[in-house]
Amino acid sequence: MIDDLPLVLGAFWLTIRLTLASALAALVLGTVLAAMRVSPLAVLRGAAAGYVTVLRNTPLTLVIVFCGLGLGLVLDVSFSGSLSVNYLWLSIIGLSAYTAAFVCEAIRAGINTVPVGQAEAARALGLTFGQNLRYIVLPQAFRAVIAPLGSVLIALTKNTTVAAAIGVAEASLTMKTLFERHQEAVVPIFFGFALGFLVLTLPVGLVFGRLARRLAVAR
Amino acid sequence: MRARRIVTLLMAAAAMATSLTACSGDDKFVIGVKFDQPGLGLKQPDGSVKGFDVDVAKYIAKELGYSDDQIEFKETVSANREPFIQQGQVDIVVATYSITDKRKEVISFAGPYLITGQDILTRAADTSITGEDSLATKKVCGAQGSSSPARLIEKFGDAWKGQYLTEQQGYGACLPLLEQSQVDAISTDATILAGFAAQSPGKFRLVGQPFSEEKYGIGLKKDDKETRDKINNAIEKMFQDGSWKKAVDANFGEFGQFFTTPPAVERY
Amino acid sequence: MNVLYDEPGPRGRRRNTVLTVVFAVALLGLAYLAFRKFDEKGQFAAALWEPFLRGDVWANLILPGLWNTLSAAAVAALIAVPFGFVFGMARLSEHAWIRIPAAAVVEFFRAIPLLIMIFFAQYGGSAVLGLTVTSFSAVVFGLVMYNGSVLAEIVRAGITALPRGQTEAALAVGLRKSQAMRLILLPQAVTAMMPAIVSQLVVLLKDTALGFIVAFEDLLNAGARILPSNFRNLIPAVIVMAAIYIVINLAVSAVAHWLERRTRRSAAKPVAAPDAVAAL
Repeated sequence: MIDDLPLVLGAFWLTIRLTLASALAALVLGTVLAAMRVSPLAVLRGAAAGYVTVLRNTPLTLVIVFCGLGLGLVLDVSFSGSLSVNYLWLSIIGLSAYTAAFVCEAIRAGINTVPVGQAEAARALGLTFGQNLRYIVLPQAFRAVIAPLGSVLIALTKNTTVAAAIGVAEASLTMKTLFERHQEAVVPIFFGFALGFLVLTLPVGLVFGRLARRLAVAR
Repeated sequence: MRARRIVTLLMAAAAMATSLTACSGDDKFVIGVKFDQPGLGLKQPDGSVKGFDVDVAKYIAKELGYSDDQIEFKETVSANREPFIQQGQVDIVVATYSITDKRKEVISFAGPYLITGQDILTRAADTSITGEDSLATKKVCGAQGSSSPARLIEKFGDAWKGQYLTEQQGYGACLPLLEQSQVDAISTDATILAGFAAQSPGKFRLVGQPFSEEKYGIGLKKDDKETRDKINNAIEKMFQDGSWKKAVDANFGEFGQFFTTPPAVERY
Repeated sequence: MNVLYDEPGPRGRRRNTVLTVVFAVALLGLAYLAFRKFDEKGQFAAALWEPFLRGDVWANLILPGLWNTLSAAAVAALIAVPFGFVFGMARLSEHAWIRIPAAAVVEFFRAIPLLIMIFFAQYGGSAVLGLTVTSFSAVVFGLVMYNGSVLAEIVRAGITALPRGQTEAALAVGLRKSQAMRLILLPQAVTAMMPAIVSQLVVLLKDTALGFIVAFEDLLNAGARILPSNFRNLIPAVIVMAAIYIVINLAVSAVAHWLERRTRRSAAKPVAAPDAVAAL
């Protein structure tokens, strides 16, 4: 089983890359969606609200299957001549599209924690909606959502396993391969992979918790 | 009070769930077949199941003395075939079930009733693929959990796997990928490929150079020699009276040409 | 939420109108591009969508999948809720030998992905115990362990959120600790927790779709395997299944909102899920 160690490490490295790439894309898209949801234009509010409702209520497995098969088949989305790289990117699209809806909701909740007086004072100074959001509200909102965003990141780390649905050989699919190869060692293999995920997720919780306390807005 | 009402509601739901899983009567002949394999065993919108395996199963049931309304089809997937037989949830299994020594340790096989092998399906216009070796530089789709992709990985190595192989949830998902040129080939048992391809005449080409041998048998309880012999007799009769050939043509269409000779039944 | 911008004046209104038109056109343009692509690939062909107008397709191919999805969710919920109550209260126990193992179980199952639990149930059951684990049981096992652990945290939060005076008063009038928990704390906490519990059940329902990966014959399986095997309509089928999931989840969420409104009317304050994004 020691022979399989490179395979396991490679799988977790893939899980980490999936997580980081999707986290970055979801953060950007989620912030844009949150800004749309509080914007003065009804059409943007409606579009963002519709997006969030659809993605939040669809199972991630279905989102991934749709991205893996639908985007390539219908929209001709293709990233690489290598099939494994191509499906990796398609699963990143699915994961970030799904996670962005939750990032958006977290940031919107954060915006609601900023006292009304802040935004009103900014308006009194003559700041526009964009300036108000950029200089006054979002900086405070982001500090308030550090802990929830940490939870989103943890959930995302665990959710990367769903990429197995379209054959991305991340940690969970590799665990299944090892189960088939070493049927006598299912229990140790399981606890090994569980430990791997604990190592990935527990520090995120601790770091984000500490960060949230350090950066909390004094009120 | 309110909490208690909710608990009662939940309990009612549980009772409903268990009552609906209750089982059928004794005079039934329960046959395990695939529900998602075109050409072999596919659940139809009208609720019936259609395919070559189903036709074989019906013929055998008739020979064993069961009438049509005594036959009950139950879905089996690859992973639960042995346990279903061992636990008596089904009487026999006719579900793309390859005869192997390992399986013979826990159940018995009648047959084989069909011999097939791992083969390749490509687009009809693509003539560049002629056999297993052509796959070295072709994009291939396989199904997760199937032994067919594993065979190719063993032959071509891990680097090939990363560049040229994708493993999806079932061969049905591979078909649109092949059709839209996202992949160049699907590789698994010729029967399965023929079943899918027969649904879209003219679109696909079955290469017809099998590179493994799979003997489809009929699974039943271990050491039930009496039933096994009866089933073997039924299979031989099906070969002789032309029903076997008719079933091949009806279910595999133009691809029936790859399954012309019935195999020899192995009695033991 | 219009504290972020002033009530627009005449110029602002004109600008907003222009921007609305610009964005509306941009969004419609995107939608049209997608539509064109779908059309080019023949995804709007009547033959692909027509099956969804047929009663027998629903009765024999789709609804059995939906039934499996709902029964897996119902069975998992029925086990996960008591699991959550037992472990949530165990974490509040005064005895370290109860509290610590309970905490370990809850934290462990909250931290690892549901899918690896399902795989473990599937392979571990036969390899270790010699049992055949059906895909149904494997999915239910995973859902119970994960959602039960999250529910345990909701229960713990619900009970700790009650004012300390409640326990103190109960003990002062001579109730034993177990009586205080059963007669005073739990009834109040349950009311407050109801919305959070129902929201978690939406998550549970959504997660049943993971069963697709272990060949559980659920709704997603009907859409992504059975229907395309009959009609070669993978994309339309997946879209229709998504719509069904969305409708069901919105209905359950509506129940959660309704419970929340009722709760707000009563005295107890609703408890949020342990983290605001539990629904992920």
